[in-house]
Amino acid sequence: MSLRILRPGLLTTLQDRGRYGMQHLGIVPCGAMDEVAHRLANALVGNFEDEATLEITVLGPELVFDEAVLVAICGAEFEAKSDGRPLPLNRPVFLEPGSRLVTGRALRGARAYLAAAGGIQVEPVLESRSTYLPASFGGHEGRILKRGDALPLSPEASSLARQRYAKLARSATVRFGMKTVRWSSPALTAPEHEPIVVHAMEGRHFGLFEPASQRAFFEATWRVSPDSNRMGYRLAGPKLARAKAAEILSGPTCLGTVQVPASGAPIALMADHQTTGGYPKIAEIAFADVPRMAQLAPGGALRFARCTLAEALELRRVVKARVDASLRSIAWSFGR
Amino acid sequence: MALRRQSTPRPLGIFPLGDTAAYVEFAEQLDLEVNAAGQRLAAAVRERGVPWIRDVVPTLGGVALHFDPDHAALPAEPLQAAAALIELCLDEGLPSADKVGRSIEVPVCYDPEFALDLAEIAERAKLSREEVVRRHAAGEYRVLMVGFAPGLPYLGGLDAKLEVPRRETPRQEVPAGSVAIANKQAVVYPYAIAGGWNVIGRTPLVLFDAERRSPSLFAPGDRVRFVPVTREAFERQRSASGRRT
Repeated sequence: MSLRILRPGLLTTLQDRGRYGMQHLGIVPCGAMDEVAHRLANALVGNFEDEATLEITVLGPELVFDEAVLVAICGAEFEAKSDGRPLPLNRPVFLEPGSRLVTGRALRGARAYLAAAGGIQVEPVLESRSTYLPASFGGHEGRILKRGDALPLSPEASSLARQRYAKLARSATVRFGMKTVRWSSPALTAPEHEPIVVHAMEGRHFGLFEPASQRAFFEATWRVSPDSNRMGYRLAGPKLARAKAAEILSGPTCLGTVQVPASGAPIALMADHQTTGGYPKIAEIAFADVPRMAQLAPGGALRFARCTLAEALELRRVVKARVDASLRSIAWSFGR
Repeated sequence: MALRRQSTPRPLGIFPLGDTAAYVEFAEQLDLEVNAAGQRLAAAVRERGVPWIRDVVPTLGGVALHFDPDHAALPAEPLQAAAALIELCLDEGLPSADKVGRSIEVPVCYDPEFALDLAEIAERAKLSREEVVRRHAAGEYRVLMVGFAPGLPYLGGLDAKLEVPRRETPRQEVPAGSVAIANKQAVVYPYAIAGGWNVIGRTPLVLFDAERRSPSLFAPGDRVRFVPVTREAFERQRSASGRRT
């Protein structure tokens, strides 16, 4: 049971919910950039949330499955077809043995997650299947997928596909010749319109910046620079300046830390961020908004809305309730 | 001296690091004793095995606690709960510094082929190359933090005569195992990455291997000595450790 890459797309990697407990050794959590879409994709095929999925970016891959498989693509809205027929997104789709899946450009958002029932079964490294590109480990040989790569699926993938699709009988339908269901999960993270609004708290070093830069941070419309990647989003906009250039002791960073190097162009740290950093931290993005941020492609626009820690925690509760409700309703469709 | 009671510096404060982490800050400037206190606190927190704390990261000036935002036991006010936990650990007393970390000997070959910046350092410090090597290898170092890259140790304890700034232009690629110095610290590069530290030698040891049971050779608090080895010994140890170059 395997899936084979016929065309790799722009940046296709294996990711799960990341590796934790080793940041004191400099080992980065990694994991899906949009963890909400990753979890939904897994739920849509009846998997546990931490099975590995394919994270596809901006321009998706083309692949072929050797056996029957239940798949779901969730997150950004991608062009997707299977054997010439449009493949519906954000819902489970049963593919017959030998099906080709062709994804194209992302029409809205930047990243989607392709899950298969039973998961993609590469060997975990340090208890995770996530790919960490800068140090070349995890995922499939620690690297971006390329043409000809064959990724193992669960040995039970085709029987799981049949069993799980059978459980969906209540809502099963055939759409453009594809076996799927009548419902879809809402896309919770793909941007409706830009600039998106991202909530952020003042960072540890906010006070070190000039008042004009403090204002500009929360007033400007920022653009994601082309040299952004899974480690960080470089943001183009007004240059941010410090009132005085004191040396800062290298300290801890976090998913969503916004740091400002000497160039004055801020960097928002994303899933593959380094565990420590010596640049001043102007802001911290609310955890609940990181998945939406991850859906911005280079050129994408955002504004920061100032929030307090209490507001960020409240936002997290609201978003968690929404995600949990979606996960519950998907599980209910599988009869659970 | 295990019985000697060690004073415990108090943190300056506990600050939010976003809404999923807290930073217990001990100092805004590097201070070796304060750094050790952070590592002792990290050991005490880890010892408690708090289920909603998934990473305890001692850094140069404090300790970061990373929360699991989806954990059922995560308190509604995690920052306050973390502050209470820190108070509890400090009140109960931290493990002594000699209980945190191990002693590691790191063989270093100072061959000119590896010591890319040794001549320049010697000139800046007005010392002979041999004296730079002697002073570097005589030092007793401690891992202040592992960061920047998986398995990369920041080592405190550099001889004051060897303090030089970073290179003005960082190298695009510093070879794996490079032993380097800048300002008051030393580092060892776990694999080939870009970097601006002054390279004065190379170790045959493999610092980081994700497939190994202990992926990182170094952990915060480890005591480190550099041991000069010949080029022959370097090559022998390197083939024994199976490094791919």
